This record gives sequence, C-alpha cells and structure tokens, in this order.
Amino acid sequence: MYLTRLEEEMLEGEMGEAVARAMSLLVALGEVFEAERLIEVESAHISGVSYKNLGEAGLEYLEEQAELGASVRIRATLNPAGMDLERWREMGVSPEFAEGQLRVIEAYRRMGVEATCTCTPYLIGHRPRAGSQIAWAESSAVAYVNSVLGARTNRETGPTALASAITGRAPLHGYRLEENRRPSIIVEVKTPLSSKFDYGALGYLIGEMAGRSVPYIRGLRGASIEQLKALSAAIATSGGVALYHIEGLTPEARRMSRHLEGLERIPVKPDSLGEVAERFQGAGEDAVICVGCPHCSLRELMEVARLLERRSGERLWAFTSRGVYMKAERLGIVKAIEEAGGRVYRDTCMVVAPLREMGWREVATNSFKAAHYLSSMGLTVQVAPLRELLGGGHED
Amino acid sequence: MRIRGRRIVGGYAEGEALVSSASFSFYGGVDPETGIITEPGHPLEGESVAGRVFIFPHGRGSTVGCYIIYRMHRRGTAPAAVINLETETIIATGCAMAGIPLMDRLEENPLRLIRSGDYIVVNADEGYIEI
Repeated sequence: MYLTRLEEEMLEGEMGEAVARAMSLLVALGEVFEAERLIEVESAHISGVSYKNLGEAGLEYLEEQAELGASVRIRATLNPAGMDLERWREMGVSPEFAEGQLRVIEAYRRMGVEATCTCTPYLIGHRPRAGSQIAWAESSAVAYVNSVLGARTNRETGPTALASAITGRAPLHGYRLEENRRPSIIVEVKTPLSSKFDYGALGYLIGEMAGRSVPYIRGLRGASIEQLKALSAAIATSGGVALYHIEGLTPEARRMSRHLEGLERIPVKPDSLGEVAERFQGAGEDAVICVGCPHCSLRELMEVARLLERRSGERLWAFTSRGVYMKAERLGIVKAIEEAGGRVYRDTCMVVAPLREMGWREVATNSFKAAHYLSSMGLTVQVAPLRELLGGGHED
Repeated sequence: MRIRGRRIVGGYAEGEALVSSASFSFYGGVDPETGIITEPGHPLEGESVAGRVFIFPHGRGSTVGCYIIYRMHRRGTAPAAVINLETETIIATGCAMAGIPLMDRLEENPLRLIRSGDYIVVNADEGYIEI
C-alpha cells in the first residue's frame, strides 16, 4: 500500500507511539482489503463504548491509548454507553458496572472525543457533508449518513474509527469508491407504507434479501427523518447493508439510476411487512416498553408524551441523546412523560445497557433492530407500533 | 522449508504450531487469562494458544474479539503469531492492536502442510514463514 511521507512518519513513530499504533492498524486493514492508499477523513463516530461489550479488555485498551497520549485530529463523537451517565442507579445498574463505564468515558474524553453517547449524532449537529470521506462505526448511523446524507464511509468498528480519528486517515476501499456505491439489486415496494414502523419492517425485510449488496429502492413516496432512521437501523441489522438508494429521495439515487440495467428485481408485496413483525411476538403484559433505538428525535419524544396524555407510562422507557433531551426538557416533554410514569434516559439504550444483569426478561419495542438483538441475547421480545404497545390503535 | 505469504501485521516470532481446521472467535472462544481454548466442540478445546504460532482458516464473531486478543497480549497468553488462509477485519484489528505478527495467503495451504507441534518461524516483515 502506498503511504505519503507524512503517513510513513506517523507509522514510524515520529508523531508518538499512539499515532504509530493507530497507523499500523489502518495499514493492516488496508492490506486485508487491498487498498491502494489511505485517504484523509474529516469526521469520525466511534462505537465500542458500552462496558457491557468492551469489558475489562476494552477498557484496558482505551486507557492505554489515552495514557500514550492519543488525541483525535478530527471531530469525533461517541456511540451510546451502557447506562445514563448520571441516573444509572435509578436504572438498576450495579456500581461495579458503573465504575467501569465511567472509566471508559473518561478515557475517550482524555483523547478528545466528544462524549455524545448517541447512535444518532446526525440529529445533534454532527452531520457530514455529501461526498465527504468519514470514518463512522455504528451500523445504523453508517447506513443513514451513507444513504441519506451521501457521505462516504465503510462499516467501521470501534478500534478502526478511533484509529481514523487519531490519524485523520482511513484505507481507501469499499463504499469510499464511486464504483462500489452503485446499486446491485432493485427493490420494488408494491405496498403503501403508512408509519415509521412500516419503514422499520421494510428495512428488516430488505436487509434479509439484500445481504451486503446496495439496494435501489423504488415505490416510496417520500419519508421523514424518523422513517429513514428506522429504515437505516433495520436494514443494517438483518443484513450488512451500509448503503441504499431511494428513487426520488436520496441524494445519489438520480446518478445511480444509470446503472440499473440487468439488475435483479425483488418485489415487496403487501403481506410481507406484517409477516416480518410476526416473528417477534413473544413478550407478555409484564414486558418493559422500550423506545429509542435508534435514539428518539424530539418529534418522537413529543409523540410519546402525546400518547401518554391518556394512558399510564408505567413500564415505558424512552432513550435519547443529551442534545435532544435538553430541548425536550425545555419544552416540558420530559416532565410530561415522567409524570405519566415513564422514564427518559440519556447516553444509553436497551441494546447496550446490561438488561439481563438488571434482571430483565421481557421487552416490547417499536424497533426492529432492538427486537433482533434483544432476541439474540435471550430476552423475550415483542415488536409493534408504539401506540399498539401502549394499548390499541395505529401510529401516525 | 520456506513459504512466502502476505504480511498483514509485521513482526518476527517463532514457536510451536497450533493448527485448527475450524474458524475461530477469540470472543467466547478462549479464556483470556490462560489462553486455553474453551469453545465447546472446537477441535482444539482444552489446548492453549499462548506463545504458539496459531494457524486457522479465518476469524469470525463479534468485534469484541479484537479487545480479547489485545488483553491476552497484555497477560502474556496471546499467540506468538497468527497465520490465516484469508484474514478478516476482527483478527487483523486485534493483531494490529496487540502488535502480533499476522500473515495470510501463503503460497501453500498451511492447514495441510503444518501439524500442531511443528516448530515455525514467522517473519512477517519479510513476508515468509519457515517450518
């Protein structure tokens, strides 16, 4: 792989041990993927934050990096942690877990990473430009920024995104290259979608069919940010989709429409969406209702508050970012939800919090991503639109 | 006997080979404190990877595996070197984090050529191994 003189110096340790290690990691991956060279990246989003996933091993790695003086050269935000960094006791998280978690956050802070602790940095002002090269982890955010914003990243892991943040570089391969952003399968949606839940179901279905290909989706009439967020999370969960195009909607779709000839076409029929939801129908009345995977937008928290005007929110937990929480708090939305018995937590979500250790067995959610992962962790899960989870009716 | 291959992570190491025909996940597959393979039903269950030249087709499983490799390195329970048929992201990342020499795509299939216990020199810097 070709390296510039500056990159050679970084690799040889002239800018310190931490930079050298980060560079050696990127070069190794460049070799694996046969990248010709590295490319400069302008933003990073780092996963590998929850102490539940990192454990002692991950914590040790991060603390050593910080000790070596690692420091980010570009804007870098952080994925959710395993707990609300302040209200963890109330959540039922153990003091041992909290101690490990807070040390993880501190290590990232020392390296200059913004402790945003959210999977939706694009909702709180970290929005990469169309065409920009970035290094993002968190599969749902990768699908969103690649597809909806037109930025360019592969599905990075925690260590690679951190290495890119420290060096400002990433190996040039995969979705960073124009030819790999072309569609490889056409999905024809033959049924009208009415809610955010339908977009999640559609994403889950397409992910299963598309695997790691780049779907070109036809037949959607438009979509809100929340609907695209749900679609992005689900499509990256059931398959490995990192990029999709929606005709008439996403920024690269028009350019990509020249490359559709000869591609396989897969229809999505009216019954299929309902069938996807039927796979997660285990949980009973005692399940905790969790929303906020990916993290709730302000509009979603308003929807929760509105639904709780006439129902009890006991057993409802909503997860969001600090940025959205602050706005919701000013508008009285947090208070409304909590007065109805619900809880609004920041910095974490149902997928990365240690739910089993907290004694949870059943979860009901409106998120296909959460349903998928919680089910694979051995919890009993039900997936349905929020309004149905709270008792009857359909979601807007 | 010298066989050339592709360097993924540079370095030099030597030691006894430990050869697995099955793919491997460091996350859940090994006890990081001892280096002993714990994955139920794995052909090498009960064997230790510590200090060995660990040869297996490719990695699999969660990203957490990267941190496990790193932790084993810190504890002194990591393999001295790793050789894959075809490396993927998790093994490459873990070995790079820990500075463990890693090679793949050897000119001859190491799973057929090398047996557990053979003494192996891995010179990833120069891109070859010696049996």
